[in-house]
Amino acid sequence: MYEHLETADNPENLRRIAIDPVSRVEGHGKVTLLLDEHNQVKQARLHIVEFRGFERFMQGRPYWELPVIVQRLCGICPVSHQLAAGKAIDQLVGIDPDKLPPTADKLRRLLHFGQVLQSHALHFFHLASPDLLFGFESEIGKRNVIGVLSDYPDIGLKGVKLRKYGQEVIRVICGKRIHGTGAIAGGMNKALTLEERDYLLKDVDQIIAWSEEAVDVIKKVHCSHLPYYDEFATIRSNYLGLTRPDGALELYHGGIRVKNDRGETVIDHIDYCGYSDIIHEEVRSWSYMKFPYLLALGKEDGWYRVGPLARVNNCDYIDTPLAEAARFEFKAHGGGQVMVHSTLAFHWARMIEVLHCAESIKNLLLDPEILGRDLVARGEKRYEGIGVIEAPRGTLFHHYRVDENDILTKVNLIVSTTSNNTAMNESVRQVAATYLSGRELTEPLLNNLEVAIRAYDPCLSCATHAVGKMPLQVELVDAEGRIADRIVKYGDGTIERLADA
Amino acid sequence: MPKPVLVFGYGNLSRGDDALGPLLIDYVQERCDTEAIDILTDFQLQIEHALDLEHRELVLFADASVACEAPFELNELEPALEIAYTTHALHPASVMAVFQSIGKGPPPPCFLLAIKGETFELGENLSPNAERHLRHAESFIEELLQNPHPAVWRSKKFKESTVI
Repeated sequence: MYEHLETADNPENLRRIAIDPVSRVEGHGKVTLLLDEHNQVKQARLHIVEFRGFERFMQGRPYWELPVIVQRLCGICPVSHQLAAGKAIDQLVGIDPDKLPPTADKLRRLLHFGQVLQSHALHFFHLASPDLLFGFESEIGKRNVIGVLSDYPDIGLKGVKLRKYGQEVIRVICGKRIHGTGAIAGGMNKALTLEERDYLLKDVDQIIAWSEEAVDVIKKVHCSHLPYYDEFATIRSNYLGLTRPDGALELYHGGIRVKNDRGETVIDHIDYCGYSDIIHEEVRSWSYMKFPYLLALGKEDGWYRVGPLARVNNCDYIDTPLAEAARFEFKAHGGGQVMVHSTLAFHWARMIEVLHCAESIKNLLLDPEILGRDLVARGEKRYEGIGVIEAPRGTLFHHYRVDENDILTKVNLIVSTTSNNTAMNESVRQVAATYLSGRELTEPLLNNLEVAIRAYDPCLSCATHAVGKMPLQVELVDAEGRIADRIVKYGDGTIERLADA
Repeated sequence: MPKPVLVFGYGNLSRGDDALGPLLIDYVQERCDTEAIDILTDFQLQIEHALDLEHRELVLFADASVACEAPFELNELEPALEIAYTTHALHPASVMAVFQSIGKGPPPPCFLLAIKGETFELGENLSPNAERHLRHAESFIEELLQNPHPAVWRSKKFKESTVI
C-alpha cells in the first residue's frame, strides 16, 4: 500500500504540483503532488475543494419535500437520491421495504435501472472512453467525447442512445427527465400506462444488444493491455455493497455485505438501518470529504471500495443471463483470482451492470404487475428513516429524523464517492509512485492520475454550471512558494505555458 | 413529431442565480403560446440533448451567465468543439457539434439567451439583480416567441444589445 505518501515528512522543502481541477469528473477536485529535488514523489493527495453543506440546507424542511429536493444534489444521478430518500421516508410513514405495494416496488426498480444505465453510459462513453480508446498519454486535443464521436462514431452514437434510453425510462416514470416526482412516502405517485410500457418496450432489445457490445468493447480494451490494465492504479481493498439474501447482485434493496481483499466475507446480510454501528467516518484536516471505514477492521485497515467493481466482486451471481455470463468471464480473466482488484476493471464491471440493467428493464416491462394501480401504502408514523440503495457510483446512505410536525431535524448522507475517498487517494498514490516518480512531469503524464480517479467515476459536486467558470491550470511551485511553471488548458483543449511563471 | 421550435432552459433551482434558465422556462410555460413550441428543462446540457435538436427549425437555449452583459445577451451559436474541464456538462455550441458528429447533418439555427447571474451558492434564492434581469428576459422572450424566425431573432440580437 501507499499510505506512506499521504503526508510527507518535510513538506516545506518539496516542490508542489497541482492538477486543479481534475477534468472529466463531476464537480471540483484537485490533486497535489510534492516532489523532492530528484522528482521523487513524496506526497500525493486528492482533495475535494467544494464544501456543499447540503445536509444543513435540508434541515427545517418538511420530509415530503425530500424526494424532489434531494435531486438537486446532483445533475447526473438525481434519481438515486430520490430513491434513497424515498426509501427513508417510507419508514417515516411506517412502511418497511417489504411492505411497499409490489407495483410501487417494481416501478422504483424500473426507475433505478434506467438511472444506473444512463449514468454508466455517460461515464463510460463520454468521460472514460477517450482515455481507453486513444491512450492515457495521447494528444490532449483528441482525448474527449468529440474525439470519440469523430474517430469512433459508431461507439459514440450508441453511447448517446443508451444514455437517452435511460433518460426516457426516467421521464416516463417521473413525468420529467429531472425534478420528476416518482417516489413518495409509502410508494409511487403515478402508474405506468400500457402505452408508456409499450413505448419503452419497443427499443429494449436494441438496448440490450448495444449493452452487450459495450461489454465486448471494454473487455477487448482491458484484455489487450494485460497486465498493464490489471496493475494500473490497482490496490487491494475491502469491498462493500448491498446483495440480495441469496447473494445475487442487487441495486435497489438488500443487506450489507463486506468482503476483504482475499474474498472472505467479513459481514453479510446486515440490515442497513444499523449502518452507523458498522461504518464510522474519519475527518482529516486537508480534505472536506470524510474518510469512512469499517469499525470492525479499524481506521488503518477498514477502508473499502464501493461501486460497480465492489458489487460485481461481492455478489455470488447476477440474475440476468447475459450479465451473468459476462460476470463469469470477468472473474475468470485474472486467472481465477477470487477478487478482481484492478482499478481499471471498474469500467468493465460498469458495463456488466449496464447489460444487467437493460435485461432487467425488459423483464420488468414484461411483468404484468408493472401496470398495477395499487401504488401507496401507509402505516404508523415514525420519527426516523434510513434509505440505502446502490447508486451508480456505489452504496448511498440517506438518514433522516423528523419532529412531531414532520420537520427534518437531522440529515446525514454518505454518498458513494465519500466511501471511495481513501481508495481514490491510494490509487493516486500508486500511480504517482509507479509511473510519475523520478520523471519530468508533463500533461500526458499527469493525465495518468486523472485516469485513476476517473475509473471511480467520482461525483464531486452538484450541477452548477455557470457559463465561463471552468478553468484548468497546472502549477509548479518551488520550495519558497514561487510559481516556477504554469500551464493553462483552455476549453478547446489547447495548452499554453504562461510566460509570467 | 417534435414541434418546430424548442426552448431549453437549464440550471439548478437550488443554486441561487443558476435557476435563471429554468425560471424563464416556467414563465414561458405560463405566459406564452406554446402550440408550436416545445419546452425543455434540465440541470445541465448533456450529449443526449443533441437528439432534442432533431427535426427543429429553431432552438433557443436559456442559461445563467456570469460573463454576459446585464441584464441579458442574445447570441446566435455556431457548432463548436468546446471541451470544458468536465464533459458532465456541455455548452450549447458543443451540443450542436455533437449533433453534427453523430451524423445528423447541420444543426438547426440555435441561439443562447444568457441572463446575467452573480451568486450560485447552494440553498440561496435569486439575487436581487438576477430577479431584475429575469424580468427583463421574460419580456424579451415573450416578444421573441411571437416571431420565431431566425432572421427576426438575428435582428433582435442587435436591437437589444444597443437598447440595454
